[in-house]
Amino acid sequence: MNKPFAPAAILVASLFLGGCAAKPTQDGAAATLGGTITTGLADRAPPPGFNDPNSPLSQRVIYFDYEQSDIPPSYIEVLRAHARYIGTTPKAKVMLEGHTDERGTRELNLALGEDRATTVRRFLRAEGVAESQVGIRSFGEEKPAQPGQGEAVWALNRRVELIY
Amino acid sequence: MNIVPPAILRRSSSNPLVTMKIFLRFLFTILTSLVGTSQARLTIEIVGGQEGAQPIAVVPFGVEGGGVPPEDLANVIANDLARTGRFKPMPPQDMLTRPYAADQVDLRDWRLLAMDNLVVGQVRRRPDGYYEVDFALFDVYRGEQLANMSLPSSPADLRHTAHRIADIIYEQLTGTPGAFTSRLAYVTSEWGGDGQKVTLRVADSDGFNPQTIVSSKDPILSPAWSPDGRRLAYVSFENRQTAIFVQELASGRRDRVASHPGLNSSPAWSPDGGRLAMTLSRDGNPEIYILDLSTRALTRLTDSPGIDTEPAWSPDGQEIFFTSGRGGNPQIYRMPVTGGEATRVTFKHDYNGRPSLTPDGRSLVMVTRVNDQFRIALMDLTTGATRLLSRGGLDESPSFAPNGSMVIYATQYNGRGVLALVSTDGRVGQRLSQDLGEVREPAWSPLPR
Repeated sequence: MNKPFAPAAILVASLFLGGCAAKPTQDGAAATLGGTITTGLADRAPPPGFNDPNSPLSQRVIYFDYEQSDIPPSYIEVLRAHARYIGTTPKAKVMLEGHTDERGTRELNLALGEDRATTVRRFLRAEGVAESQVGIRSFGEEKPAQPGQGEAVWALNRRVELIY
Repeated sequence: MNIVPPAILRRSSSNPLVTMKIFLRFLFTILTSLVGTSQARLTIEIVGGQEGAQPIAVVPFGVEGGGVPPEDLANVIANDLARTGRFKPMPPQDMLTRPYAADQVDLRDWRLLAMDNLVVGQVRRRPDGYYEVDFALFDVYRGEQLANMSLPSSPADLRHTAHRIADIIYEQLTGTPGAFTSRLAYVTSEWGGDGQKVTLRVADSDGFNPQTIVSSKDPILSPAWSPDGRRLAYVSFENRQTAIFVQELASGRRDRVASHPGLNSSPAWSPDGGRLAMTLSRDGNPEIYILDLSTRALTRLTDSPGIDTEPAWSPDGQEIFFTSGRGGNPQIYRMPVTGGEATRVTFKHDYNGRPSLTPDGRSLVMVTRVNDQFRIALMDLTTGATRLLSRGGLDESPSFAPNGSMVIYATQYNGRGVLALVSTDGRVGQRLSQDLGEVREPAWSPLPR
């Protein structure tokens, strides 16, 4: 596994692993959120598929393992679908917002959140997305998706949100 | 009044349950109207024992010509001394006599009560509206007067004058300068009708006189005092991007000193106040840079493919300590501020970060992970010996008192963010919390010059 604090490794194995989109690992609460996360979506009409639970484009949050920046294999197809959408929609722009759970220091978590967003950007770029169409930022542990503590909550907070 | 908001109010959330949110906002409006404005003060609670604390009597101060002083100076002094864990002030109701001038003192009274030391004082009003605050400190057993001074004070500064007296007493009795006139910077997070409100505040070392430095709907973190105590550097997410600001406290004037693409974080002042070390990821991954504040020249210090962040200066200004992931997990390293080889400092445990040096440069405090618990640890830089100062859970952001006697850090209590203080000998602890909301990111000011 790629340790995010260590020198960045290039995604190799995970690029070729398929699978369907997964809920956060070790988590029961994820089911209540499902694919309905709407963070950051603008008022304009959503692109086709964004609100269709059967479309991978409805999945716009990638969840990560503790202290990891590797994209879990189960999200590869989701990100490929986003890459195809962005690649075929010249006007599309996506902001990748990286987040962490609250464990660890705030400054290291800012760096870890950025590392997660960078990993997703690197994947999208490898899938042919133009540099001008994808931005990154990190909020570290400062903007948790869920308040509270415990693994179920932390799993929901270790994430990259794709914001179009 | 002590109203603790339900858990859901405490943190920002993108929970889609909009109706619930509206209800909670309504509920919150009621809570805030009960509690009042954002001038919420930190309240301090002493936790842990005070074994071996020296008994001292601080007699309630008198007023020349009779009456009660406008500020209970003796109480401020006694609380300052008690918070260090080294003194155990006598409750005023247990005092048999209440002298307030040196010539009224009969030390036999205080020997009977087994007091090591005695403080008496009085306030004299001057014709110009100012006060003179007289006080005397006695060694009860030796029968010696250790100090006898008179400090002028404006009516608004009486609390501050009490802190100065506590500083003098502390130094007389311990040989170490007191830190009671120093101040605390901290970040609070509260929920209001229009969402989360994050505020950078500065208060006296006892939590009184909180002042708002800057307020935002977006995160604020990493406050850092300039060595002269007149400015704060901090990281703000205004416009959803990190930027480092330097703000002058007296005027409120602020300057955005770093807003590069990527992260702008972890500002740390050089001891001479002329430079800021910081973390920027503008070159692709987080590295440490030094910004010269007068020329605005930016020098990159580190060059490693992993994360480098959380710079801290050695007190002599010659070295930068920082956290790096270059070895596979976060550890603390040191390197000359002029560049060169980085040397690893920490080896125990697989997560060590956020270093901060003691004023004498001999040890550092850091966040360390032990058995999945994040705890504050003190490390002797000569011997490498490490001691845990906090019980852990989610402890972070340690900052030394300017006299090196105590460490303040952020922790969780009953699921809520609070601050905690611990003496570096681990003997005494305190908890600082606000009635409402979370408190975090403490930074202890230097001693006023």
